[in-house]
Amino acid sequence: MIPALRRILGKAGPFIGLVLVIGLFAIPEETRVHFLSYHNFKIILTQTVIVSIGALGMTLIIVSGAIDLSVGSTVALTGVIAALLIVRGWGPAATTLAAIGVGALIGLLNGSAVAGLRMPSFIITLGMLGIGRGTAKWLADNQTVSYESSPINRWMTTANPSGAALPAGVWVAVALAVATSLLLRKTVFGRHVFALGSNEAAARLCGVPTVRLKIVVFALAGCFFGLSGVFQLSRLRLGDPTVAVGLELDIIAAVIIGGASLNGGAGTVLGSIIGALIMSVLRNGSQQMGWPNYFQEIIIGLVIIVAVFLDRFRRGGRA
Amino acid sequence: MSPARLRLDGISKSFGATQALRSVSLEVAPAEVHALIGENGAGKSTLLKILSGAHPSDSGAMELDGRPYRPAGPLDARERGVAMIYQEVNLAPHLSVRENILLGLESATLGWIDAEASRRRARGALDALGYGHFPLEREAGAFSIAEQQVIEIARALLAQPRVLIMDEPTSSLTQSDTEKLFGVIGRLRAQGVSIIYVSHFLEECRRTCDRYTVLKDGETVGAGEMKDAGLDALVALMTGRPVADLYPRISRRLGPVVLEARALSCPPRLKAATLSVREGEILGLAGLVGAGRTDFLRTVFGLDQAAAGDVAVFGRPAGHETPRRRWGEGVGFLSENRKEEGLMLNQPIQDNITLTKLEAFGRMGWIRGRRQAAAARRWTDELAVKCRGVGQNVGELSGGNQQRIAFARLLEHPARILLLDEPTRGIDVGSKAQIYELIGRLAASGKSVVLVSSYLPELLGLCDTIGVMRRGELVAVRPRGEWSESELLRSAVGDE
Repeated sequence: MIPALRRILGKAGPFIGLVLVIGLFAIPEETRVHFLSYHNFKIILTQTVIVSIGALGMTLIIVSGAIDLSVGSTVALTGVIAALLIVRGWGPAATTLAAIGVGALIGLLNGSAVAGLRMPSFIITLGMLGIGRGTAKWLADNQTVSYESSPINRWMTTANPSGAALPAGVWVAVALAVATSLLLRKTVFGRHVFALGSNEAAARLCGVPTVRLKIVVFALAGCFFGLSGVFQLSRLRLGDPTVAVGLELDIIAAVIIGGASLNGGAGTVLGSIIGALIMSVLRNGSQQMGWPNYFQEIIIGLVIIVAVFLDRFRRGGRA
Repeated sequence: MSPARLRLDGISKSFGATQALRSVSLEVAPAEVHALIGENGAGKSTLLKILSGAHPSDSGAMELDGRPYRPAGPLDARERGVAMIYQEVNLAPHLSVRENILLGLESATLGWIDAEASRRRARGALDALGYGHFPLEREAGAFSIAEQQVIEIARALLAQPRVLIMDEPTSSLTQSDTEKLFGVIGRLRAQGVSIIYVSHFLEECRRTCDRYTVLKDGETVGAGEMKDAGLDALVALMTGRPVADLYPRISRRLGPVVLEARALSCPPRLKAATLSVREGEILGLAGLVGAGRTDFLRTVFGLDQAAAGDVAVFGRPAGHETPRRRWGEGVGFLSENRKEEGLMLNQPIQDNITLTKLEAFGRMGWIRGRRQAAAARRWTDELAVKCRGVGQNVGELSGGNQQRIAFARLLEHPARILLLDEPTRGIDVGSKAQIYELIGRLAASGKSVVLVSSYLPELLGLCDTIGVMRRGELVAVRPRGEWSESELLRSAVGDE
């Protein structure tokens, strides 16, 4: 009985959670029609883009046994820089690449400090949280950076009257999720990341270049965070240095709900994406039920705890 | 015999469909040191858990000093006088010696610690063990493992135990610390404490214990006076088969020198070690823990950076390189610390076996999962690893099977020079015999082995050449024929 339950939870745990949450909001008749509409799902998916792209990078980092607290600041900083570049007349492709580059640079700094100074990633990225946010405010001169218009603004819009098409951001997130999942599961790099997170000493003993690997993991994750910054910009339509405060906690929560272990060596892309979706559905559903904001926050907090508890149960008591 | 201090009669216990214990009996007299012997999985741990109150038994009766003993939990067992010393040290490293000893049994009035009484009680417990000189206020974490164990025993003594259970107490102790522990056991016995002593080291049991009970497959298969029992007889009881020859004697020819270390130094623990290993040779390194044997292997392997000296692999000067380079040159390392450095416990068997050469299972950084699994399966079959499949996490396997996985990595790579650090630590006799045979076969096929072991019979049984290290220096390297156990010991402690 219990082993069978464990197996089911292990295979489909987060997915069952997602179905349960959707089912919960589909029960009351007054909201069901709207909640289950295609348009609403489009909104939910679009609202998940920023967190889920961030969760892809965070999955890499958490599986490698580290953590990154500077994501919110990175998103704000890359958004501000992208807005400044648009003001200077840069096109959408060049702007996006530049934002990804800035994200990668921040990741490179984080990773180099973690690996080179042998400092806990918690401390280094806590420092970067302040540095990134401060730099964003400095570059933006402590105000929002607005621009006339940019094609980037269309990447996250759901107000598409013709209906069916999903915004570009959703497709980018899906494509990147598939790519990241393959990267983690099917490549030498991915298995090395698991090895590093599971037991750094053993990985080193087996010839895994652990120092280089840590730097690459943070830099690659930084690319994802930079891209999240672009989509944040697309949604706001201006560069705001104070946006995305605490975003890293949502992202970490998504990854943890998805079954990753903060001790490293465990986690899946699919799980993290479902984790992000669970939180989006909860937010969206609560709004439609007319529940106050604080109520949503309490529920999401409980979900994180319950998810990790269930995950521990399925691993047989060892978190 | 005097009336029994502890008597177990017909104890059975099953977990689901598995019968862990079947009508086990055990009798321990007052002030007796009783060896509980058995292979891994024989049911020792379950029996200890029942004794210490962690699990209830399904049937059977226990008596302590003639009165029924059925502990409700570990705390209850401790209060009734049955205390347990676990294999792993369980101290709070940041608390002082005194605080650790009194933890849970503080001298206090209304929650305020009575400092004077605390010191007196802690000192008293340490005195009883012959360690009255310990500084009470120093942090426990600053002491060696052996000393921490003494602190734990002192803690157990505070509850005035009538029976003290020691689970593998010497598994992480050096030879001289083991001797000191035997002294402590002697003092406890003199004070009338009965001790149940669980150990893989049969020689130790024969030295310290008065009587023994052997468990096999959850049943009592033998018991008696230790002085009447021969080593071979005990091993035969444990394994259920006569161990005619624990160590393989496969004839082999030594080839050219394949690994050479010249004046290799990694201060302060390795000083100018010069050593050469030939093809097909098994070279043993004896010495006390901390004598620099592990440091020698780690420096040769590039895990620690050498300060001076150099290493040549297959005649090529290899400089001071990284583990990655060493694997590439055909050198493999088996860590003494399986859990912390050797294996990735929450990763599947196949990744643990193939981590050093993942690139070989595909192209351009991609891995063909099927080929990787097939390679791993070959070794789990050949080494008879008990597992559900190569996708199972290594942490779920028993110690002996984990060690086979760690070995499989060297075989799969394949390493031609194997640096083995305590390859049989903490595994049962049956697995040990298999690992000895494997090492013998590897050497016969032309591989070279450097074997670090604290278990002298193992070195004398397996090696062609034995070197002794002492305080970071390689003090003597001679053919096995020129060593005896006592000479090795003398050389290791520097008493020549």
